[in-house]
Amino acid sequence: MTPPDESALVRVLASDGTFAPTPEAERYLPIIDALTDAELETFYRDMVVVRAFDQQATNLQRQGQLALWPPSLGQEAAQVGSVRAARAQDHFFPSYREHVVAMTRGVDPIDIIRVMRGLTHGGWDPTDPRNGNVHIYTLVLGSQTLHATGFGMGLVLDGRCGTGDPERDEAVIVYYGDGASSQGDVHEAMVFAGTYRTPQVFFLQNNQWAISVPVATQSRGPLHARAAGYGMPSTLVDGNDVLASYAVTKLAFDEARSGSGPQAIEATTYRLGAHTTSDDPTKYRTSDEEQSWVARDPIARMRAFLEGRGASASFFAEVDAVAQATADDVRVRTNELGGLDVSSMFAHVYSDDHPLLQEQERWLAEYEATLEGGAA
Amino acid sequence: MTPSTTSMPLAKALGAGLRAAMAADDHVVLIGEDIGKLGGVFRVTEGLQAEFGDRRVIDSPLAESGLVGTAIGLAMAGFRTVVEIQFDGFVFPAFDQITSQLAKITNRHEGALQMPIVIRIPYGGHIGAIEHHQESPEAYFAHTPGLRVVSPSTPNDAYWMIQDAIASPDPVIFFEPKAKYWMKGEVDTSERALALHASRVVRRGTDVTLVGHGAMVTSLLQAAALAESEGTSCEVIDVRSLSPIDYGPILDSVRRTGRMVYAQEAPGNVSVGSEVAATVMERAFFALESPVIRVSGFDVPFPPAKLEGVYLPDVDRILEAVDRALAY
Repeated sequence: MTPPDESALVRVLASDGTFAPTPEAERYLPIIDALTDAELETFYRDMVVVRAFDQQATNLQRQGQLALWPPSLGQEAAQVGSVRAARAQDHFFPSYREHVVAMTRGVDPIDIIRVMRGLTHGGWDPTDPRNGNVHIYTLVLGSQTLHATGFGMGLVLDGRCGTGDPERDEAVIVYYGDGASSQGDVHEAMVFAGTYRTPQVFFLQNNQWAISVPVATQSRGPLHARAAGYGMPSTLVDGNDVLASYAVTKLAFDEARSGSGPQAIEATTYRLGAHTTSDDPTKYRTSDEEQSWVARDPIARMRAFLEGRGASASFFAEVDAVAQATADDVRVRTNELGGLDVSSMFAHVYSDDHPLLQEQERWLAEYEATLEGGAA
Repeated sequence: MTPSTTSMPLAKALGAGLRAAMAADDHVVLIGEDIGKLGGVFRVTEGLQAEFGDRRVIDSPLAESGLVGTAIGLAMAGFRTVVEIQFDGFVFPAFDQITSQLAKITNRHEGALQMPIVIRIPYGGHIGAIEHHQESPEAYFAHTPGLRVVSPSTPNDAYWMIQDAIASPDPVIFFEPKAKYWMKGEVDTSERALALHASRVVRRGTDVTLVGHGAMVTSLLQAAALAESEGTSCEVIDVRSLSPIDYGPILDSVRRTGRMVYAQEAPGNVSVGSEVAATVMERAFFALESPVIRVSGFDVPFPPAKLEGVYLPDVDRILEAVDRALAY
């Protein structure tokens, strides 16, 4: 594992939930001080609700209801902090483990389920305002960093950032991981972002493992330090501290929107679960290591902090009830999901007519009609 | 010559088509390596940056995956981007973004997002260049669902097809026969002659149907002229669109001639010519008097330029194939 770069780390909540800012966190304290009790409670609620959903989805996969599930377990604070730091007009390009980001911005969790159940490759319409400008998941690692940068170039060309009006200026955030950081596309995305000064936040969740490969195989140096090579400021934050993640991303968003160019954040976190439900972490990492990260759990940390501020038992009970209801609802709706119409395979391959596909679709319909019992 | 036609080389016709598309829609942007001040290594975009500014004719970092990946993001933000890949052999760093992303994004989004992106690729041999500068990689893209693939062979087609490609809601891989960049022809800027994906009979004949695309169309016409002097009447068809392929004129022709030769610079194994041959066999089997014959590049890496004259199909090899077809 990369040696912790403690001197550069921004953290305000210690593992036990006490408020103990690191020296690097000092400049962010006004942002955290400005948070209301309701906002702090929202952060906690977001994390708990999505963890319940994530565990429900893992269970559904184990029961054969889903083809695959990539758990977000353990990465809730980095995601909630960063997503709550955005404004309504900002744009999100996730990888495929950003269930917290998607749901917090309004994506219906059943749409993520439909992807992992084999009913769709996309799941939701990023142009539908209900989905909070969250683009769909990208499964090829790092590819989406270029899409985000291109989108940011579009914002620059259309004058949608850097006007000085924070209510209007837009920015884009792209999520990727320690494994993806080795992909050439991430390099090219940072080159283009630096050159065209896109209003963009590169948000790297370093969860320590790319399936079975530790981050030391991706890099012997701190990943956030790479940003300097692109002329981009970067910040290392404790990604299991929702307050620090929020504050660091909020400042980065403000800088990006105002026209200061792209910003990089590395959030140190840990994938507490398997890479996906097809993975077996016992083959490559120790239980001691996992336990050391359980002790830094983002939700327990925030709960202790809120309890220290006097949050009531009824608040926590209410959050747990909402989380349970969300998970229950997802289970019910998963069981109600239907199949796919065969002709949907031919739909939207092209926006305009394509005679070859039309012919094949016609042929398939006729062929299926000849089968015993008619069309499948 | 009517007042609305102008004689110009194919490269200039492309530039004129790009200019017309940019003038018609201020969200058409061009991006590529050296396309601004220099006008591209083949000068196709010459003068466009001076006319439209460096925010619409954008010199890019030297990174092909980055070019295509950011064009996708620009499309998501409402732009119609024309990407220039400098040479055929340099498209492969972008292959993942083209095949795994660009080709599938509309499908992945169930139609919610369109990808009006054109990727211009100068392709083919005949220019005596070093490795990676003379290849014909069109089959990789024609094989990929979600992409449209076209190749103009005349200045008039270049002028109209580039505009139609930009107007398409789908991604278009636009192969430019670089050997013909300097070939002049009449361009009628007042009226489009043919739809983007239509194939065209460029010479009428009765004995053998010669089919091909790009620079090979010129060779087919030369072969047809020579064959005529020897008493063989060849029909010549420019496919123009490699995905989808407009089979109507090809099948009509083969049903009349009973014989077909496909000429292409690309290696023949699993090529566009292979696909056309198979389709003609499936649909016009009883009209055929002889096997469909392919005249292709050999299945070797494009050789050092001193051998390109041997590697590339030429008029003699086309005529040899015509003779073989007639021998049945």
